Amino acid sequence: MDSFRSKILPVTTILLGIVVLWYVFAVVLNAPFQRDLDRRAGVERSTLEFIGVTLSLKKPTLPAPHQVAANFFENTFLRSVTSNRSLVYHSWVTLSSTLLGFAFGTVLGILIAVGIVHVAALDRSLMPWIIASQTIPILALAPMIIVVLAAIGITGLIPKALISTYLSFFPVAVGMVKGLRSPEINHLDLMRTYNASRGDVFWKLRLPTSVPYLFASMKVAIAASLVGAIVGELPTGAVAGIGAKLLSGSYYSQTIDIFAALVAGSVVAVLLVTAVGLVGRLTERAMGARPA
Amino acid sequence: MSLPSRLSWQAALALLLALLAALMLPLLGDGSAGGATWAVFALLVAAVALSALPLPSGLDGLVLFAGAHGVAWLLIGMIGGHEGAARLSYFLMLAAAWLLAWRLVTVLSGWKLPSRGANALLRVLIPTLFGAWVLIIWEAVVRGTGIPFILLPPPSAVAARIATSVPVLAADVGQTILKSVAIGYVIGCGAGFAAAVLADRFLFLRRGLLPVGNMVSALPIVGIAPIMVMWFGFDWPSKAAVVVVMTFFPMLVNTVAGLSASGHMERDLMRTYAAGYWQTLFKLRLPAAAPFIFNALKINSTLALIGAIVAEFFGTPIVGMGFRISTEIGRMNVDMVWAEIAVAALIGSVFYGVIALVERAFTFWHPSIRGG
Repeated sequence: MDSFRSKILPVTTILLGIVVLWYVFAVVLNAPFQRDLDRRAGVERSTLEFIGVTLSLKKPTLPAPHQVAANFFENTFLRSVTSNRSLVYHSWVTLSSTLLGFAFGTVLGILIAVGIVHVAALDRSLMPWIIASQTIPILALAPMIIVVLAAIGITGLIPKALISTYLSFFPVAVGMVKGLRSPEINHLDLMRTYNASRGDVFWKLRLPTSVPYLFASMKVAIAASLVGAIVGELPTGAVAGIGAKLLSGSYYSQTIDIFAALVAGSVVAVLLVTAVGLVGRLTERAMGARPA
Repeated sequence: MSLPSRLSWQAALALLLALLAALMLPLLGDGSAGGATWAVFALLVAAVALSALPLPSGLDGLVLFAGAHGVAWLLIGMIGGHEGAARLSYFLMLAAAWLLAWRLVTVLSGWKLPSRGANALLRVLIPTLFGAWVLIIWEAVVRGTGIPFILLPPPSAVAARIATSVPVLAADVGQTILKSVAIGYVIGCGAGFAAAVLADRFLFLRRGLLPVGNMVSALPIVGIAPIMVMWFGFDWPSKAAVVVVMTFFPMLVNTVAGLSASGHMERDLMRTYAAGYWQTLFKLRLPAAAPFIFNALKINSTLALIGAIVAEFFGTPIVGMGFRISTEIGRMNVDMVWAEIAVAALIGSVFYGVIALVERAFTFWHPSIRGG
């Protein structure tokens, strides 16, 4: 019962508030267009009827939540998962390149962080450039990455995954540098009094201390990786994936489709972040952390 | 001390690569390298030999610097007019020069300078060397192998393009950075911070907002860009709106996490001092939250730039960095695209650097800054 009072109730209240606000905005934003339509058609409506109409337009400025929910439900559960109108199918396409890119990115990020913490030359030359790398607008580079990779014979999943890698190595690298440097000076001094080698300091002090940082940054990284996969689908003209769905929705002003694709992306994001968080908590418990 | 033991592994490997290259002459397939070939080899061997001698401190760095960059300069010089003619030996010499530069960075990293200013200069010099070598290798490889201009232009062409189109770039920066990013960033971070302080005050709000905020910061928010363009029109407000939404949630989540970062002991101490809510907030909890807040500011600085540029792909007036990138790709002016990317990267780095400097001043007490 406690978790109801402390978790479910507040979250539901906030979510309900958002839904109510959304309906209000949907009416307000769709009203000018509908009023214009009615004036041209010479239709007189009561206020209630008018609100009802604004919430069920075919191509609204802001679709009402129930329209998005209906579209999402229809395209998720009522279609076979192999149909290219099925959101499950599109999500799966995006998910596969997300996971591949996330795996690459995490390994790369950890390696870079270990290098930076242990090799002075890397620490002083690489760190500013890692940060500068993230200021490059990746979407602008994406078509070039695809073209260059296609020229040397790499197509399909890998180019998209590389864009994910590019976005996801950064949080892991930065978080791990911070984590590997987070042991207090007291603890490092203690290791020195034990005459511990650099390897021992790394495996027995720095790595265990950095685990919470690793999982915190992996949560950010997997979300970034999903963004990378979606953005990677925009310019490549991919026929499948959540990004492709967004793009086609924006071409044909299918706002309901755009929102349904965004909802699908959000569901995937939530599942991924939850999974990483769960693994993180299990790992920390296995390492003997006290439950907070 | 015997000579071989003073020979660093980078210098030894460089010598080995030079030897391999000497067995596979000429450097250029069309035999146009001529006398420059001998200069390249002489310079490299001289630099390796001199750096192995017990030189006074400082001179070894100078020798390595002259050797590595002299060789690179000669190599890039000889490829001019003969693009695509380079053979394997050319790239072996390039790798040898790069190894000398690596050695140089290692030597520089080991220097302990007496004065503060010189140390600061060194801190800038080392990453600059790294960046310069990325450009040198890019230039030499692209021109040496003759990669088509459309795929990857050499940095020299990009630099020439930046020099000739300063007014266009300045107009784009004014539109994208000074309007969309700056305004969106300030509003987004400010609103996120205010919401976090509010959420911290009311437990109910915090319990409700935090999971929602956590969820939203994981979402692909860039996807709302087409919708924002539909709502706010083509000019900068729609881009600023995307930036606001993108920066709001990281700030909210990080600040809320930071506000609970102060320990129970410290909070109990404040209570024994009979400190009120606001006193505790300003004197204990906000300073304790500073690392988290600065973390969010840093994350947001790159998010804001990406958000604004990406949003411009979905419709914009005929100025702006994202607009320029998408139209110039269409016109195959790849050098202009890279010029915009270079400017964006430069501005983003300066933006980030300023935040990092302010962070150092504010959170000097944190273990990661005290050094460990």
